[in-house]
Amino acid sequence: MDNYNPANLLLLLVILFNFFLLGSSRLNACIRTVAIQGGILSLLPLFIHGFSGHSLFLAGGAFLLKGLAIPFLLLRAIRQVHIRREMEPLIGYVPTLLLGTLATAGAFIFSDRLPLIEAHRGSLFIPVGLATLATGFLMLITRRKAITQALGYLIFENGVFIFGMLLAEAMPLMVEAGVLLDLLVAVFVMGIVMHQINREFSSMNTGQLSSLRE
Amino acid sequence: MLQLFLHLLLLLGLSPLLPGVIGKTKALFAGRTGPPFLQSYYDIWKLFGKGLVISRTTTWVFRAGPVLGLVVPVLAALMVPFGSIGAPISFAGDLIFFVYLFGLSRFFTASAALDTGSSFEGMGAAREVTFACLAEPTVFFSFIVLARLSGSLSLDVMFGQALNTAWQSAGPSLILVVACLFVVVLVENCRIPFDDPNTHLELTMIHEVMVLDHSGPDFGMILYGAAMKLFVLGALVVRLVFPGSTGNVWFDTLLFSGGMLLLAVVIGVVESTMARLRLLRVPQLLVGTLLLSFFSLILLLR
Repeated sequence: MDNYNPANLLLLLVILFNFFLLGSSRLNACIRTVAIQGGILSLLPLFIHGFSGHSLFLAGGAFLLKGLAIPFLLLRAIRQVHIRREMEPLIGYVPTLLLGTLATAGAFIFSDRLPLIEAHRGSLFIPVGLATLATGFLMLITRRKAITQALGYLIFENGVFIFGMLLAEAMPLMVEAGVLLDLLVAVFVMGIVMHQINREFSSMNTGQLSSLRE
Repeated sequence: MLQLFLHLLLLLGLSPLLPGVIGKTKALFAGRTGPPFLQSYYDIWKLFGKGLVISRTTTWVFRAGPVLGLVVPVLAALMVPFGSIGAPISFAGDLIFFVYLFGLSRFFTASAALDTGSSFEGMGAAREVTFACLAEPTVFFSFIVLARLSGSLSLDVMFGQALNTAWQSAGPSLILVVACLFVVVLVENCRIPFDDPNTHLELTMIHEVMVLDHSGPDFGMILYGAAMKLFVLGALVVRLVFPGSTGNVWFDTLLFSGGMLLLAVVIGVVESTMARLRLLRVPQLLVGTLLLSFFSLILLLR
């Protein structure tokens, strides 16, 4: 395996950002990190498929959406509802970090056992993709606030994107564009939901949605 | 013989310069002139000329703390290569000896603090050992990575010529190891994100509180020992980052000294640009570092 392949170093950075996201309590920093992670991922198609119209479109679209538009929307959302940090995660930060590392280790071990085609064997794409999916899941499960759950969803999508990179040549543009569009819409919806929760309960705690009221 | 002599000369002569360089860097950031580079030498010299006040409630443990604090870094330094100057003593498994030598000195520093019977110092001791037990596995994981890369269990070989090829075959793992060891240097030497070496009589301090009752030559030994500890642990990081060797002993020595000073500048920059972490966040960050070192091992093993 060529370790100095820029794509591999980028994927390593993605994993480091995963750890940071699981351990950080500041929403601002989390959103920025997701933005940087998305930006880094958007460079991947250029590194593995070279400069073609297809990869340029993928990279540009991903960069605009993941790196700029969605973080901007989320930052605006937290400015509007005045929250700065996730106060009470269901599972603490250190246990989530531990779980995240176990999941990452598991992803690496598991991907070694998958019956992959020769070209993908030993590449970092699959373990990193799996690890990022797991990180997104963990975010979704362990955090209470709607906005951190939206972030978890975004990280999850980043993982899907890493997987998609392996198929980028076979996947038509429309599918790719559809995924990105879905994501944008989902964040819009999340933004509206967040606003509603905040207005009804004057907090963003999704736990309150399950308690009955008169 | 020359090797041993050069080793000790570098350690004993150069180590108090590092706190001076860190201080100057911080002063530069703050727009002050700052104390002179040689301030630590003056401080140590001054303290050795002073009298000693010992509390009646203390026992020999109280005197043993500073002595071990001074001797342990010297012993540990003998197992660490300084740049391309090989370690004077090396045997298979000395990495464990190395880590637990520092464990021994920490045990005695903490015991000496408890020996005074002051509850304030007891609190400092408790914090110190808590953070140390989180930093220790990080060191071991980093060492395991290096041991696997070099195929040897002695520090001299792990930080020897094997590093050159290791950077080519396992670069990403090594970058993580460098980051982890740098954090360990910061936490073990009570630098800023973890502990502020300048605060006295503040409820958040960790290391300084344990040595409040030491005075005169004892405190001098503690300062000197602390400087040498910084030098020894820093030498590991510097060696990892500059693994090359030019072949000429004197030039290599110069290169290594330059690397150490650069490390001091980097520490100074970190201290100037970062705020001290809240006490609750420190274990969190240390666990994060531990996981990072664990991850570097996974990355290597796959």
